[in-house]
Amino acid sequence: MTPFTNDELKWLGAGAILFAVAALLPLVDQGFYLSLSVNIMLYAALCTAWALFSGPTHYVSLATAAFYGLGTYTVGLGIDAMPYPLLLAIAALIGAALAGLVGAATLRISGVYFVIFTFGLAELVRQLVTWTQTKFATAIGLYVFTDLFEQHIYWMLVALTAAVFLTAFLINRSRLGFAMQIIGNDETVARHVGIDTARSKIVLFMISGAFIAVAGAIMAPRYSYIEPPSAFNPMISFLVVIMALLGGTKRLWGPLVGVIPFTILMDQVSARFPNHTMIVIGLAFLAIVYLIPNGVTGLLEQARARWKARAARMGQEKAA
Amino acid sequence: MTAALSVRAATKSFGGLVAVNEVSFDVRQGELLGLIGPNGSGKTTMLNLISGALKPTRGEIALSGERISDLPAHRIAQKGVARTFQLVRVLPSLDAEGNVMAGAVFGHMRSWGAEAHKLARALLGRVGLAGKGHMPVDAMTYIDQKRVELARALAGNPRVLLLDEWLAGLNPTELKLGIALIDDLRREGRTIIMVEHVMDAIRSLCDRCVVMNSGRKIADGDVETVLGDPEVVAAYLGDADA
Repeated sequence: MTPFTNDELKWLGAGAILFAVAALLPLVDQGFYLSLSVNIMLYAALCTAWALFSGPTHYVSLATAAFYGLGTYTVGLGIDAMPYPLLLAIAALIGAALAGLVGAATLRISGVYFVIFTFGLAELVRQLVTWTQTKFATAIGLYVFTDLFEQHIYWMLVALTAAVFLTAFLINRSRLGFAMQIIGNDETVARHVGIDTARSKIVLFMISGAFIAVAGAIMAPRYSYIEPPSAFNPMISFLVVIMALLGGTKRLWGPLVGVIPFTILMDQVSARFPNHTMIVIGLAFLAIVYLIPNGVTGLLEQARARWKARAARMGQEKAA
Repeated sequence: MTAALSVRAATKSFGGLVAVNEVSFDVRQGELLGLIGPNGSGKTTMLNLISGALKPTRGEIALSGERISDLPAHRIAQKGVARTFQLVRVLPSLDAEGNVMAGAVFGHMRSWGAEAHKLARALLGRVGLAGKGHMPVDAMTYIDQKRVELARALAGNPRVLLLDEWLAGLNPTELKLGIALIDDLRREGRTIIMVEHVMDAIRSLCDRCVVMNSGRKIADGDVETVLGDPEVVAAYLGDADA
């Protein structure tokens, strides 16, 4: 591994401080703000993990709910038999395994088909779980009783989000990250400079899927009662895409810029207009795609690129 | 001595169309081979077969005696075949140095980190882009983009370099620079296959030429002999009685 530059050390330090400050929140408030922050942390982890794969590859995955639900169910099924931390690890393995299978089967097909496939996959897994439960168990749902409170869930989510960020940061500066950058630019060139494009994409999808499954496993105690429609809620997949696109996927902290305002907005909307939540989500989706297709960070990048191009032109004119 | 690259009865058909038909030739170590022929004669398809962008329907391609024609493109690149593209393909989100590094990190000879940066800078200097390493490539002129692409292909220190009309679209001044650059690579002892239409370049650079027409090889030999061959003249200009 190449040594960290001063800039990178500064980013790491700043990140560590921010996460430490975020972890202090339950000491200040245990009510509304904590509950809101659980949602923000959850979607921060989900969106950043999603963007880890979908950002560089431009493959839009709607399988978030499948990974998330499997994580939740891992805890639901195993909580009486195994210690909770072990279940988190199992959830990660299951998420990675599913992503590996899906990746091997689908990453050779192009963008649109991948979107449809991942959406179908989430529904398929949900139906399979429902079918298995009605066939072999007496009830559709599962009870999850633990002695974990809201603040414990929050702390775990902070740790998970920090882990996602750190992993993404380390990947971005690795050969794999560089390979993904090249693949995102031009896959033909990527293959011809010696990159195994299919393998790189599968590895990244597995890492992303593992993190999403762990997020589901962490959230399981919060539901108390788990059933397929809530654990495999397709809305999770859509929200993750909207928030990540709002923030922008080109930068590591991009999705976070989308998650914070959108989660707060959603919270307000569902509190005040509980019957019109879907309309607001739809409108938000349209507005984001039309007005800021590259997200908030994309706008900043464009401004920077324009400035750089102008500087380069002026430099050339001066030289001429 | 085994050839640096040998093509044996390579055939590629797309449905009923046979784009490359039973073509065989050898490229010796350190040789600059021109692959020429009229438009649509199958030259670029031939390069695509060598680089692994396409798989031959039949036949075999070997690099220093080792069969590469059933490997995927990235494995062929790792074995030591690098190429440029007919329509220049740069990576717009990376600067010039990043573009060249792409060729250095995963290819035949690999480096990473400071070493790869150093190599990329040296190669940019080599192709005449010293000091432009941090320029965004989409702000570059066409010839500079082509230079970046050439530097990227060189970055993995390939055993065989494929140039697909690298000189096309350059103005006369740029063409002179371009020819000098390729000549420089040849003197360095690189093995190169060059698909080209620019006759001046072919005459001044190539050690040997293979001529293709309608997917078949119609001539193979030293440049002057091949270009005087009646069948080659007919392929380019039409038959005398046409």
